[in-house]
Amino acid sequence: MEFIFSKRAKITFVALMLIGVLAIIYGIFNGGEHGHNRLWANIFVNGFFFFAISIGALFFLALQYATEASYMIVLKRVIEGITQFIFIGSGILIVFFAAGTFHLHHIYHWMDPMVYIEFLEDGSANPLYDSIITGKQAYLNQPFFWIRTILYLGVWSYFAYLFRKRSLLEDAQGGTKLHFKNMTSAAIFLVFFAFTSSTASWDWIMSIDTHWFSTLFGWYVFSGIWVSAMIFLVLITIYLKNKGYLPSVNDSHIHDVGKWMFAISFLWTYLWFSQFMLIWYSNIPEEVTYYITRIEHYKGLFFGVFFVNFLFPMIILMSRDTKRSIGYLITVGVIIFIGHWLDVYLMITPGSLGHLEFGFIEIGMFLGFLGLFLYVVFNAFTKAPMTVKNHPFLEESEHLHI
Amino acid sequence: MHQEAAIRKPLILGEKTYGEITDDVLASVTGKANKQWWIAFGIASVMALWGIGCILYLIGVGIGTWGLNKTVGWAWDITNFVWWVGIGHAGTLISAVLLLFRQKWRMAINRSAEAMTIFAVMMAAVWPGIHMGRIWLAYFVFPLPNHFGSLWVNFNSPLLWDVFAISTYFSVSLVFWYIGLIPDFATIRDRMTKAVPKQIYGLLAFGWTGNAKAWNRFEEISLVLAGLATPLVFSVHSIVSMDFATSVIPGWHTTIFPPYFVSGAVFSGFAMVLTLLIIMRKVMNLESYITIKHIEYMNIVIIVTGSIVGVAYLTELFISWYSGVEYESYAFINRATGPYWWAYWAMMTCNVISPQVFWFKKLRTNIGFTFFMSIVVNIGMWFERFVIIVTSLHRDYLPSSWTMFHPTFIDIGCFIGTIGIFFVLFLLFARFFPVLPLNELKTILKSSGEQYKSKAEEH
Repeated sequence: MEFIFSKRAKITFVALMLIGVLAIIYGIFNGGEHGHNRLWANIFVNGFFFFAISIGALFFLALQYATEASYMIVLKRVIEGITQFIFIGSGILIVFFAAGTFHLHHIYHWMDPMVYIEFLEDGSANPLYDSIITGKQAYLNQPFFWIRTILYLGVWSYFAYLFRKRSLLEDAQGGTKLHFKNMTSAAIFLVFFAFTSSTASWDWIMSIDTHWFSTLFGWYVFSGIWVSAMIFLVLITIYLKNKGYLPSVNDSHIHDVGKWMFAISFLWTYLWFSQFMLIWYSNIPEEVTYYITRIEHYKGLFFGVFFVNFLFPMIILMSRDTKRSIGYLITVGVIIFIGHWLDVYLMITPGSLGHLEFGFIEIGMFLGFLGLFLYVVFNAFTKAPMTVKNHPFLEESEHLHI
Repeated sequence: MHQEAAIRKPLILGEKTYGEITDDVLASVTGKANKQWWIAFGIASVMALWGIGCILYLIGVGIGTWGLNKTVGWAWDITNFVWWVGIGHAGTLISAVLLLFRQKWRMAINRSAEAMTIFAVMMAAVWPGIHMGRIWLAYFVFPLPNHFGSLWVNFNSPLLWDVFAISTYFSVSLVFWYIGLIPDFATIRDRMTKAVPKQIYGLLAFGWTGNAKAWNRFEEISLVLAGLATPLVFSVHSIVSMDFATSVIPGWHTTIFPPYFVSGAVFSGFAMVLTLLIIMRKVMNLESYITIKHIEYMNIVIIVTGSIVGVAYLTELFISWYSGVEYESYAFINRATGPYWWAYWAMMTCNVISPQVFWFKKLRTNIGFTFFMSIVVNIGMWFERFVIIVTSLHRDYLPSSWTMFHPTFIDIGCFIGTIGIFFVLFLLFARFFPVLPLNELKTILKSSGEQYKSKAEEH
C-alpha cells in the first residue's frame, strides 16, 4: 500500500519547523548570560535526540535481521522509514561540532587551545591551563575527534542506506539470498555499533563534562537511544495503523512493540540507577561532581525524569491489556517520549550552561526539530510500499498470534 | 495454526512420534544406569568427599587454613562464589528470557540448564557460608527480630543485598524448575510398573491430570514466573557486582560493573551448559533433540556475551587512562603487567580472544571444538573473578603491605569439592529426572520436527 503524505500533515510539520526557526532567531538575540551556548546546546540536544531515534531504529532493524526475528517484518518499512533521518541528522551534528571547532560555542571545554598551555609566552603560569584535560589530549584532540565522528556517521549512514536498498531489491527479486546477506551485514553492523555507540557517547556527550568519566556512560546513552526509538515506533505504528496503512498489523504486533517499550524502559532505568547509585554510594570527588551539579541546579527535573520514565511504563504497561490498548500506549508513549528528551537535555545542558534555563528557546526548538524529523520520516514512507514483499518470514509475521 | 517459515532449521531430527519422544527421554529413568554413568558418579563422589573433608577441616580449625593474609582478605573463596553464581545464570535466562522471546530451541536445553542453575547457586552459597568461620551463626545474616541485642544487619551493605538477591533468585528458579517438571513426573508415574517408584513419582507429580484446564494454568504460571525471573537474572549478578563496585578500591569501583557482570555470568553459564549437554546428548542418545543447531545457537550466545564482556574490559582499561586518576591507571597497569600478568592474560585470551573463533560457522558447529571452548571459557571466567578480586587487593594504597596470595591445600580442596558436589547432584538429576521437558517438546514437533517440515515443503 502506498503512503500518501497528506496536505494537513505537511502543513503541520512545516508550521512546527517555523516555530523552531522563530525559536532559533529568538535565541540568537536573547541567548542569556552564556551567549550562544544555550542556543547551540539546544541544537545539540534536539539534533542528538532525533538522530538517536533513527540510529536506534537502525540498531533494532539489524537486531531483527541478526536474530532471524519474524514478528516485526510487517513493520519493517516503518522501521526503515525512521532510519532514513540518519542522513539529515548526521548533517545537523556535523554543523554543531564544526561550530565548536570554529569556537562559535564553548560547549566542549577541551576544544579551547588555551587549556593545554602550561606557561604563557612571558614565562608566567597560564591561569587557564588544565592539567587533567591535557592528560586526555591523546584522545580528546580535534583531528582525532573528527576522524572518529566522520567514521561513526559515515558507517552508520552506509548501513542505513544498505539495508534500505536491499529491502527494496528484495521486493523486486525475492528469494532468500538477500535475507542471508542481511544477516551477515547486520552482524557486522552490530559489532561496529557495540563499540562506536559507546565511544560516540564519550566523544559527543561525556566530553562536555570534560573532567568527568564513567565506564557505564556509553551503555546508558545506548539504552536511551534504544528506548526512544521503541517509543517512537509504538506511536508511529499506532498512527499508521489508524490511517489504514498497515492492514496486516494486528493486536499481537502492537502488543509486541508495546513490550519493547516496556522492557527497554526497564533497561534504561537499570543503567541509570546503576550509574547513579554506584557514584553516589562511593562519593568519590572526581565522579560525584557530575551528580552534584545536577542535583543542585536541576533537582526536580533530574529525579522527576527518572521516576516518570521508570514508573509510568512499569505500572501502566505491566498488564497485558494495556500493552494492547491504543489509549494507554499513546498516553505512556507521549509522556516518556518527552521524558527521554529531557534525559538527553540533562546530559548536555548542565555541562554547557550550569544553571537551568528553560523557556521558549527550548520548547520552540524541540517542536521545530520534531517537525523536521517527522517531515523527513513521512517523506521516506512515500518512497516505498508500506508492506514488504517476498521476505522469507513475511508469512510467519502475518500469522503472529500471541 | 502457527506458521513457521520454511527456511528455519528443524529442531527435532528424525521421524519421531510422540511416543518415541517419551521413550527417548525417559530411557534413563525407566532403565538401568550404564557404566559411563557409574564411572562419572564415582569420580564426582570422590571429589565431593575430599571437598567435604576439607570444608570440615576448615570449619574445625578456622579460616587461617586458607591462604588469606592481611592485604588479600578475599581470594579464592569469593572468586569461587562469584564463579558459581555466574554459572547459575544460564538456566533462568534460558527458561525465562528465551520463553519471553518465544525461542523454541530453549525446550531442548532448559530443563538441564535450570537444574544446573540450581546446583550452581547451591555451590555458590557454600562459599559465603564457610567464609564466615562460625557457620553455626550463619543465620545472623538474616534481619531476624532483634534478639541479638544490639547486633543488627547492615542494610547499607551490598553483602546483605546479596543475601536477599540470591535467596530470591534461588527460590524462584526452584519453583520455576519444579513447575516445569510436574507434567513430566506424571508421565513417568504413568509409565512406571514398579510400585515404589510409581508412588514416589506420583507424589512428585502433585496429582497432575493433564487436562486442558491444567495445561492452561501451567502456561499461565510459566509466563508469570518468567516475568518475575527475568528481572532476577539481572538483579543477582548486579548486586554481586555491587559487592565490589560500591567500594573505593581502584579496579573494583567502576560503574560498568552491574551489566558487565550479568553478561559475564550468562557467558559462563552457557559455557557450563555446553560442557554438560555435549556429554549428556551423547551418553543418553539425545542427538535428535539437542541438535547441532542448538549448539550453534548457544555458541552464538557465547560470542555475543563474550564480546560484551570484551567491550567492557576495553572500556574499563580505556577509562582508567582517560580518568587521569593515578590509582585507577595503576590498578590496570598492574593487572596487565604486574606480578599477576599471567592471570590477566589468561582471562583476556580465554574470554575475549578465543570465543571470536565462533564467527566461523565451521567451528561453531563442530561439537568437539565447542566442548573444548566451553572448558576454556569456564577457566577464563574463573580467572576473571580472580583478577578482579586478587589483583585489585594485593597492591593497595599502602605499598608496605603489598603482598601476594598463595592458595593452600585447603583452598584447592574446597574448590574441587564444590565441583564434585555439583557433578554428583547433576548426575543424580540426569539419572532420575526427565532431562528434557518432554511434554513441552511435543508441542513443537509438528511445527519444527524434521519430517513435518519436509512434508510442509512438499505441499
